[in-house]
Amino acid sequence: MSGTVTSRLGASSKRHSQVATESPWVRRLLIAIAALFLGIALLLPLSVVFASAFSKGLEPFFAALTQPETISAIELTLLTAGIAVPLNAVFGMAAAWLVSRYDFWGKSALITLIDLPFSVSPVISGLIFVLLFGAQGVFGSFLSAHDLKIIFAVPGIVIATTFVTFPLVAREVLAVMQAQGSDEEEAALTLGASGFRIFTRITLPKIRWGALYGLILCNARAMGEFGAVSVVSGHIRGQTNTLPLHVEILYNEYNFVGAFAVAALLASLALVTLFVKKGIELSSALKARRLTRRVEEARLSLLPASHSASTARSSAEQRSLA
Amino acid sequence: MSVNATNLVKTFSSGTDVAAVGGVSFSAPEGKVTSLLGPSGSGKSTLLRLIAGLEEPDSGSIAIQGKDVTSLPVKKREVGFVFQSYALFKHMTVRDNIAFGMEIRRASRARIDERVKELLSLIQLEGYQHRFPSQLSGGQRQRVALARALATEPKVLLLDEPFGALDAQVRVELRGWLSTFHEQTGVTTLLVTHDQEEALELSHHVVLLNGGLVAQGGAPHELYDHPASPFVASFLGGANVLKSRAQDGRRVSTFVRPHDVRLAKATTDSADLELGTVDRLARIGGNVKLTVTLPSGDAMSVQLSKLELDRLGLQLGDRVAVDVTSSKVFVDDYAI
Repeated sequence: MSGTVTSRLGASSKRHSQVATESPWVRRLLIAIAALFLGIALLLPLSVVFASAFSKGLEPFFAALTQPETISAIELTLLTAGIAVPLNAVFGMAAAWLVSRYDFWGKSALITLIDLPFSVSPVISGLIFVLLFGAQGVFGSFLSAHDLKIIFAVPGIVIATTFVTFPLVAREVLAVMQAQGSDEEEAALTLGASGFRIFTRITLPKIRWGALYGLILCNARAMGEFGAVSVVSGHIRGQTNTLPLHVEILYNEYNFVGAFAVAALLASLALVTLFVKKGIELSSALKARRLTRRVEEARLSLLPASHSASTARSSAEQRSLA
Repeated sequence: MSVNATNLVKTFSSGTDVAAVGGVSFSAPEGKVTSLLGPSGSGKSTLLRLIAGLEEPDSGSIAIQGKDVTSLPVKKREVGFVFQSYALFKHMTVRDNIAFGMEIRRASRARIDERVKELLSLIQLEGYQHRFPSQLSGGQRQRVALARALATEPKVLLLDEPFGALDAQVRVELRGWLSTFHEQTGVTTLLVTHDQEEALELSHHVVLLNGGLVAQGGAPHELYDHPASPFVASFLGGANVLKSRAQDGRRVSTFVRPHDVRLAKATTDSADLELGTVDRLARIGGNVKLTVTLPSGDAMSVQLSKLELDRLGLQLGDRVAVDVTSSKVFVDDYAI
């Protein structure tokens, strides 16, 4: 993803090189503004979170994290993400597949609908589910008659989180699928592959980076979702509190060390997610490079000895030059 | 006959309701190359996709080797399809690309390896089995796509503008190569192209399409020498069109190909022939293209060999006698 963006920017800056080289001052100013903004809006808050978490030393920090209520919040957050992310992986890929492969009536309406959870405030999303499944809601009497609890219970949290994070996978995968077209799938079809085979052997490898990126974002958002979950959860301590809700409760009780300790944990989860993403990108780049090298070696071994020796020498020279 | 299409109709709902293929029937002979030739938008690609089963016809039927396949899914039709964009599996090596169809048919590993080796030598890419498509040139990719389509020994090979994405030189090279390749394999081939040279050079049978209908079908020289309509005459060979009025007052168009014209330097006794002026003269390798302006004001392109030009000693601005050796006259159709 970031690769395409940089290359596009690179191309345009080359085309408008006149504009870009004309005023180094403007460039420096823009870089300074960006750095300043990043510092104030991202790095400063993040360091404040960690500084406050450890302000009374390590012991209160770990004490706050090992509290039973915190542990239960961690468990609920992991459970919610553990259900919402796989569900959205399936829904998202199915929706992207449908939209990118088939033409049907109401397709553009469906694409807009996929974006709906993003355009609606999460609080309203939560409210929708209260209106649907709450005691006074549309299905309220049915649910209470069958002794099913959704609102102010774990199912409601999972549903709200799934709803809010739905577009993340769908959008990423859809973009990749639309960019790549369906030629390869059609080729596989003419070679006799079944639909399932085409999906696992052709489509999935093609979209894997896009899908993974979507999943990582989806996971980060599922763990951090506050608004929608806050409305449906009921804030029952030890039962329906996720990590973000728990942070709020601790903060409102003036338990700053505890609040920031949990916040630091949540931030760490986000950071780990980002590192995982970076790591995956790096390893895939490495793998590609190794592959190219292997092919290069195979090619050299096919050439006559004298030629390959000279090629090896010239590449060695290039290396020493570098 | 190996491929038979009968009254095929296909309309796409999006956009205009004009049929992409509006009732096409043709037959492709067994073991030969048949070209589906036509300008863009003539429905030739749609026709090929209908035969492959990638599109469903609104009506009509398709038979391959005498068997009706109209309602068969793609994978049961036993066709090999080569796309203009190659459509190679980018994440697979050349070997895995070629082996894909055989793996699906659960061929043994030994058989697959043997067949891949055989095909690689056929497409002259021995030693390339571990490469990825991104490490091949356009021409090489298209050859791999061809090998992949042939690996499962299809009854028919369908090529959709196979050289469309290549530059001119590679295209001509690959065309010659494909001709030899077809002689070696002998598989019935349908070739979609908008390039008449490609169609005339490669195929035994040409189906010329226009606006979703068959304009004319037959051997290349038949279409070339005996065009059935003004469209065929002007599409093939780039003819000069001379408008005139027949004795009964109807408008007629005379189609004259650039090489069906003989020129002679004007002399005093050539009064009975039309006299023109050489207005443009371009030497293209061994050929010379001239533009001769006729007394009627029409400009006529003429093609001569360099040898002939030297023999005639023609110069720019010379007056020449024009003798048309062969032409085709059509009465203008006012219905259009």
